[in-house]
Order: sequence, then structure tokens, then C-alpha cells
Amino acid sequence: MVSFEQLAHLSWLVPAFPLAGALVNAALRRKLGANGSGALATLLVAASFVVSALLFWSHRPEEHPVEVVTLFDWIHVGGMSIPFAFQIDALSLTMMLIVTGVGMLIHLYSIGYMHDDPRVASFFAMLNLFTFAMLLLVMGANYLITFIGWEGVGLCSYLLIGFWYTNPAYNYAARKAFVMNRIGDVGVVLALALLFHLFGTLDYTAVLGRAGGFGVGNPLIVGATLLLFVGAMGKSAQIPLFTWLPDAMAGPTPVSALIHAATMVTAGIFLVVRSSVLFELAPFTKDVILAIGTATALLAASIGLFQNDIKKVLAYSTVSQLGYMFAALGLGAYSAGMFHVTTHAFFKALLFLGAGSVIHALGGEQDIRKMGGLKGVTKITYITFLIGTLAIAGIFPFSGFFSKDGILANAYAHSPVVYALLLFGALLTAFYMFRLLFLVFHGRYRGDRRPHESPAVITIPLIVLAVLSLGGGLLNLPHVFGGHEPMKHYLATAADGVAGEHLHLEAATEWILMGLSTVLVLLTAWYAYGRFAKRTTLDGEPADMPFLKRLIAEKWRIDELYATLFEKPYGWLSTTLFTFGENKVMTPLMNGVGNVTLRAGKVVRRLQTGNASFYLFAMVAGIIVFLLLTLYGV
Amino acid sequence: MNEITTAIRTVPLEHYVFLSFVLFSIGLAGALFRRNTIIILMCLELMFNSVNLLLAAFSAFHSDPSGQVFVFFIMLVAAAEVTVGLAILVMMKRNVDSVDVNQLNRLRW
Repeated sequence: MVSFEQLAHLSWLVPAFPLAGALVNAALRRKLGANGSGALATLLVAASFVVSALLFWSHRPEEHPVEVVTLFDWIHVGGMSIPFAFQIDALSLTMMLIVTGVGMLIHLYSIGYMHDDPRVASFFAMLNLFTFAMLLLVMGANYLITFIGWEGVGLCSYLLIGFWYTNPAYNYAARKAFVMNRIGDVGVVLALALLFHLFGTLDYTAVLGRAGGFGVGNPLIVGATLLLFVGAMGKSAQIPLFTWLPDAMAGPTPVSALIHAATMVTAGIFLVVRSSVLFELAPFTKDVILAIGTATALLAASIGLFQNDIKKVLAYSTVSQLGYMFAALGLGAYSAGMFHVTTHAFFKALLFLGAGSVIHALGGEQDIRKMGGLKGVTKITYITFLIGTLAIAGIFPFSGFFSKDGILANAYAHSPVVYALLLFGALLTAFYMFRLLFLVFHGRYRGDRRPHESPAVITIPLIVLAVLSLGGGLLNLPHVFGGHEPMKHYLATAADGVAGEHLHLEAATEWILMGLSTVLVLLTAWYAYGRFAKRTTLDGEPADMPFLKRLIAEKWRIDELYATLFEKPYGWLSTTLFTFGENKVMTPLMNGVGNVTLRAGKVVRRLQTGNASFYLFAMVAGIIVFLLLTLYGV
Repeated sequence: MNEITTAIRTVPLEHYVFLSFVLFSIGLAGALFRRNTIIILMCLELMFNSVNLLLAAFSAFHSDPSGQVFVFFIMLVAAAEVTVGLAILVMMKRNVDSVDVNQLNRLRW
């Protein structure tokens, strides 16, 4: 049996496998067939999963919580030394298992889903590259390695959203995602500069170990954490930078499941948990995170109520759930946030893949108004989607129940107002998810295609994820159910913020809170069943709705607001600079310089007579002039 | 060696300078105003040699042999220059069938 230390030195294999897959798939994209490239990509991610799992099993957190593996000296300039190193601890192992485990299932699913696409090898190359970047992000032993991964996943997200690049709208969506992520990335870069200024290093162990030397509320630490949170906002789609995520649904469905639901969008939460020591020193930042998380959870959930695109509903649901995770972080409940990251990775990947299976069954149809009654035809998809819906709605004993109630309990301990808001958001979630379920699978079929169940390569990942969504709650079973919160204790060995968590609620209070949310969610589901299960007529267009409903159906007009606030002034500035600055100032100036040179040349070139005697004469005259100047001149 | 130096010194320096000036001016005038390329080349040689004369004279009057060494170098360079000049002359005769320098006026704007 090899020890954890020995295995940790092989941890570089984990990101190396997907990187190799990306390179091979990119180089041989014309040679490998659709099944060949898919199998290669899936097997390599599976290999990473195996290594991660071995690391996890050999990890003894109480004896040896953290192992930093330095591969080589990367940057060594002056007083700055940044090694290329991986940090293997409870937090990174948790994320590695999610990324490679869920990633492996989604790769497998993609073999079936992308089978007929002519650029399937390129797709798998990008998907593998994404997995590599995401693993760098979670495994890095310093902020800079994490930042490489951070930028890498942003790039892959852009590439994969715009995968079907012949559609201009998809390209626009890809650009939107890229630009919004860049805004967040500026925050991260500034945060890293500030942290380097404060600590003289970017290593996690050093920075987080020395952070205690700063007092609580130190303005520089508050600034650094706020900047880190700006980056998290962009990557994890929080107000005000969330509008890119719904548009990112332009990418293929497995991409939505892997990048825009399970892994990349949780990078912001990972970064905050990784830096939890810093955030504990900045109560103001935590309040900001709590406010923004709660607001995002509610706003996105409300938009989800009226969406008619199956993937858009799930996208707003993702934004909303990310809001919950940030609310948990703002409450200081880092383990609850990470627990929700984990369960959300299971059930949201399941829901997206289920939606993909439905889209596949209907030959590309995404409008839920043209679905309905599919439960008879696509049985496996229906049952797994139902499990996903029950999990996200938070119904006992599905995983979402435990993770969401963990957050709600922490919210109640903090303030009943936050609790009420988040509970209301949970009811909205239950409502739009059951609406989606009933409109897609119940009632009568309203479309005109011939639905069929998806092949096994698509349904097997669904079944595995359904089992995980069902049993994921066991990972962090709370005390009132006889568990001892294993995930919290595990993460506490890696993140000091988790170790410092304290939640004091009477067992009776917890039972009441859980009972209340369960009853309300079931009532909401029952209400949604009555409204949508037998629905045969379709919702009207937003223009026909009353004012508030219309405003929500039009996504609170936030895209329009940004267009007015930023795009229009910027467009005006560009047009003005072009018509005035470019056409009236710069062009005449440049042309003027050119014209003067041309005219001067026309005059001066007459000196070039071609007559040798004249040249000689001019030369002698010149010498005489210089001679006279030297003798009598200045 | 000493006798030559003494012999040179028997004539005042101003005379050498004046002679050089006259020779140089004749050469310069010829180079400027003649059209025959052979004459121009010969005038260039005349200018060279007026300078050589001046160098030798000053060398003798200042008792510094480096002036005379310079003269040898100049003669060497002049010989090389003449070969190039004459080669150009031959090509010129072949191409434009003339040695009139004003015939070479096609390199112009």
C-alpha cells in the first residue's frame, strides 16, 4: 500500500491526463472517429478520477491534513518566488472528485449526445482542456496557479459556448460571457496584487497562515476580499454580472451541465472557501456577499418562473442556487456552501443532462410549450429528472433537502429576515422546477415531432447522477438525523474558516425549520401540479401580461438596463470618436503629414538631375560653404 | 635622408603651399568644367598629387615622417581608384559610345 505522501507526488497525473487528451484529440481530430475521440477523452478523465479517488482514500486528514507538492520553480524574480505546486488537502480533493467524477459522467454522456456533430473531436478536445484548467484551478498551491486555471476555464467556457460558431447569436453569447468574466478577472488580478503587497507571497499556506496578524476589519484585507469577491461574482454569475450565464446556454447541453452548472461556476465559491481565513477578517465583505447572494437567489428564481426554454429555466435556477451558496458563505457557513456545491453538482448536472436527453429525444426542440406528456416515452429520463427536481426543490430525503436546509438553518441563526427571503426563494425554486417537470413530462404532447428514448450512453450517466442526487445528503448528514456532518469535519482540516464555524440551534428549532420548508415546498409542488400538469393551452407572450408579471417575464429588463447604462454610452462614445476624432482630426492630420511630404518631394526631387558634373559642383560648393562656416561662422 | 629633407627646406614653405593651391585649383576647375571623363579622371589625380606634395613638404618642415607615410597610402588608394575609374570608362564607351560625362544622365527622378 502506497502512502498518501507518495501518491501526492503523482498528483500531477490528475491534470496531466485531460491535458494529454486535449492535445491528442486536437492533433488527431480528423483521424479519430466520433466514438474514438469520445472514448479517449472519457477514459482519460476517468483515469484522473481514479487517481483522485486513490488520493482521497489514502488521505488521513487528522494525521496529515495538507500536502504541498512542488513540481518546479516557475517564477523566480527578485524577491518573488512562485513555484508550480499543487496543494492536496480536503478542499482540493473534494473539488477534484466533483470535477473528475461528474466530468467523467458528462464526457460519457457527450459521446451519445454529440455523436452526429462533424466537429465532435474538437468538442472533446475543448472539454478535456476545460477539465485540465478546472483541475489546475482547484489544485493550485498558490493564487497564481489557481488564476491560470481561472483564466483557462474562462477561455474554454468561451470556446464551448460558441462551439456552433456559424450562428451569430451563439457567438454573441460567447463574447458576452467572455467580457463579463473579464470584468471579474480584473478584480482577481487586483486582489492578487494587493495580497502580494501585503504578504510578499501568494502561497496559500503562507498567506492564510500569516493573515491572523491583521486585525478583524483591516481595510486592506477588506479591500482584497472585496476584489476577490468581484472575481467570484463574474465567474459564479452573481448580481450584477450574472446575465452571461443564461445566454451561455447557447453551448451544447453537456457544456451547460459541466461548465455552467456543476464545476466552473462554482469556482467563485471555491476561491472564497479557500480564502475563508481572509473573509473571516472582513465582516463587511461577508455582509456584502450575503446581500448579493440572497438578492441573486431571489432575482434569478423569479425570472425562472416565466421562462419557456427548458435550458433557460435551468440556467436561472443555477444562478439562483449559486446565490444560495454565496449566501451561505456570507453567513460564514463555508461547509454548508461547499456541501451545496457538491449536491448541486449532482442534481443540476442531472437536470441539465436530462434536459439534453429531452432535447435529443425531440430532435433539438427546447421550447417547453411544444413538449408535454413525455413521461410515457422517455421513462428513464422522466424518473431521473423527477429525482433531480425533488432534490433541487429540497424534499426529504433527497440531497438538496440537506444542503439547502443547512443553509436555511444558518440563515435563521443569523437573522429571521434572511431566512424568510431564502425560504421564499426555495419556494420559487420548487414552483418553477415542478412547472418545468409537469409541462415537459405530464399532460398531453403539444409538439409535432416523434419523441424517442435516448440510448444507454446517455441514460447511464443520468442513472448514476440520480443515485448521487438521492444519496448525496449522506455526505454531510446533520446531527438531528443521527449523522455527524462528515463533510464539515473533513473540510475543517483544510479551511480554517470551516473549523471556526459554529451553529447553535436547538434540535427542536431545526425540526421546525425543516418541517416548515418541507410542508411549504410540498404545497408549492401541489399548486404547480394543479396549474400545469393538465395544461393544454400555452402561455401568452409577455406583451399580453399585466405589468409586474410582464416585467419578470422579460427578466426584469436587466439586459436592457445594461444596454442603456453601458452599451449605449459606449457606442455613442465610439461613434463620436469615429466621426469626430477619427474622421475630423486624425485622418486630416495623417493625410496632411503625407501631403506635405509628397509636395516637398515634388520640389526637392528636381535637384536630382542625373548630371554628374552638377553633383560634383554641388559637392564642392557645399565644402566651400562649410569651410567658410568653420573659418568665420559661429 | 637628411640631405633630401635639407634640400626640400631650401625652398620656403609658402612656395610649396602656393604651388599646391594652384595645382589643386587647376584640378578642381578641370573636374568641374570639363566633360571628357578621361580628363576628369586626370584632374582628380592632379588634386591628389597637389595634396601629396603639401603632405611631403609639411612632413619635411616639421621633421615628422608620418606625412610621407600618408603619401604612400594615398598613392596606393589613387592607383586602386584609377582602375575602377578606367573600368567605368570602358563600360561607358561600350554602352553609350561616348566619354562625355553629361551622357550619363539617366539616373534621375
